[in-house]
This record gives sequence, structure tokens and C-alpha cells, in this order.
Amino acid sequence: MNQLANEITFEKNLPSFSQGVKDCVPTLIGYISIGIAMGIVGAASNLSILEVALLSILVYAGAAQFIICALLVSGSPFSVIVFTTFIVNLRHFLLSMTIAPSFKNYSLLKNFGIGTLLTDESFGVAANKIAKKEMINASWMNGLNLTAYFFWILSCTLGAVFGKWISNPEVLGLDFSLTAMFLALLVLQLESMKRSKLKFYLLLITYVVLSMLVLCMFMPSYIAILLSTIIVATIGVVKDK
Amino acid sequence: MSLNVSILLIILGSAIVTFIPRVVPFIVIRKIGLPKVVIKWLSFIPICIFTALIVDSFIIEDESLLSIDWRVLAAIIPTLIVAIWTKSLSVTVIVGVVCMATIRFVF
Repeated sequence: MNQLANEITFEKNLPSFSQGVKDCVPTLIGYISIGIAMGIVGAASNLSILEVALLSILVYAGAAQFIICALLVSGSPFSVIVFTTFIVNLRHFLLSMTIAPSFKNYSLLKNFGIGTLLTDESFGVAANKIAKKEMINASWMNGLNLTAYFFWILSCTLGAVFGKWISNPEVLGLDFSLTAMFLALLVLQLESMKRSKLKFYLLLITYVVLSMLVLCMFMPSYIAILLSTIIVATIGVVKDK
Repeated sequence: MSLNVSILLIILGSAIVTFIPRVVPFIVIRKIGLPKVVIKWLSFIPICIFTALIVDSFIIEDESLLSIDWRVLAAIIPTLIVAIWTKSLSVTVIVGVVCMATIRFVF
């Protein structure tokens, strides 16, 4: 009886699909507001509602979708648009590599599913849980990913449908929700560090800021994001013994 | 409801090149154990990429060498304080949006 009770509490502590859905909620403001903005931009770039929906279902990457629209408007050829999308989304490789070891005991199919729907935000929530030494599993990750995916498609499509009537969402400050979320994720990451390491991490953050400011003078920011991350993570390895 | 074939091809092409870097690490890591130095390198990725994305939000890409969106930078300061203070994702996002809207309204 006692053992059964223990097992039940253990089950409760295991991260579940519904816990994943709950953990997604704080990031939804970001998905919804950026998604609506994306839909509006898509409609303004002469994409049909169906095309905007397909874009968010198949590509499912915020920054890239905006860039695809901008390139379509500028009349860029297929090769340029696809190659630019590849470079913009290459950072997912870093995110996937960081998070994949947590799921290596699951089937290939489950890994495919988790990888396909990984975003900056779902990565952030998962990385935080890992940093806090909390358990994560495939059902939790799927709850997190699928909730985000659903709201993203819904918001992009609604944005495209109502685009003509909604004025610029920037005025409301909603576009800032992404930045605010990354700020909170950064603070939560630092929070889970050992105190003795804090100074070192703050130094690395300073390097990223400097690297971004310098690199952005010479290249598009999506390449600067990739390079700054790779350079400073390498400095981190070299300097940390 | 219209669907232009050339746009459909662009969407499909973009979907494939987005899918590949997302999924490849999940397939590769099952096969090979990562060396310690790579694991260490990966441990720095979250902090670096979050910082880079934050900086990206206040850089304006235009003709000049470097221009900063001072209103976004101004909103980052109270938002950061709230993040440190509350350690809550949702509170930080809500306060951040309100700060940004207020700053844009006033200036």
C-alpha cells in the first residue's frame, strides 16, 4: 500500500504532457503576438491565407518567415530565398545539439518529432529545466512543442485573415514579448549556475554583446547571432578549465 | 484561397532546409557519444544565444554602420530588473510588453 502510494507520487513528479502544455503558457504571449504580426506581414506581402498557413505549418520558424516574406516582395529567386532560410535557421542545429542528449534513449521517431518542432522558445524552457537539474522526457517536450506549434499556426493564420483591419502591432509593444522572454530565460539560466561561476558567465555575456555589436556592422544580424554564439562558446571552453 | 506554384516550391524548399539542421543532431547523437569538450562547449550555447537574440532586438539594420533602437534598449532595463526580481517568465513578459508600449507611447 505504502509502495503504491510512493509510486503514485513518483508518477505525479514525472513531467507529463499536460505539464509541458502548462510550461508553454508563459511563452504563448510571444508566439501569439509575433504570429499575428507574421500573418499581417504575409498578407501585406501578397501571400494568400493558405500560403501563410502553409508557411507556418511547414517552415515553422518566426524570423525566417518574416525574411521569406521580405525576399518575396523584393522578387528574390528561389535559390536566394531557400539559401537565406537555411542560414537563418542554422542556429537550430546548435539548439538541437544541446538538447538531443536528453532524449537519446527514445525511439528515432520520437526524436524526429521533438527535433522538427524545436524552437528558440521551447529550447529555452527545456534548457532551463535541464539547468535546474529537473527531469524532462518526451511527453513533456511534446506537450510544450505541440502547444507552441498549434498557437503559432493559429496566430499566423488569424493575422493573415484579419491583417487588413489590425494596425501595426508594434505600437502595443507586443513585439517586445520575445525579447522580454529571452531576458527572463537568460536570468533563469544564470540563476541555476554555481555562484563561483557567475562572474565568468557575466564576462561571456559581455563578449557576446560586444561581438554582436561589431559583427552587425559587417553582416546581417542572423549571421552575427550564429557567429557570436560559436565564438563566445569556444572562448568559454578555452578559458574555463 | 489561392496557391501559387512558385511560392509553394519556395515554402517546400525552405521547409526542407529548416528541417535538416533541426533533426540531424537528434539522429547523430544517438549513434555517437559526444566528447567531453563538445558537451562543455554546448553548455555555453544557451547563455550565448539568448544574449545574442536580445542584442539583435535593439540593433536596427539600415544603411548606417550601426544603429541602436534606444527605445528597445530603454525597455530592456526595467524588464531585466523584473526578471531578476521575480524570476518568472510570464511576469517578465507582461511587464516587458507594458514597458515597451509605455516608452513607445511617451517618446
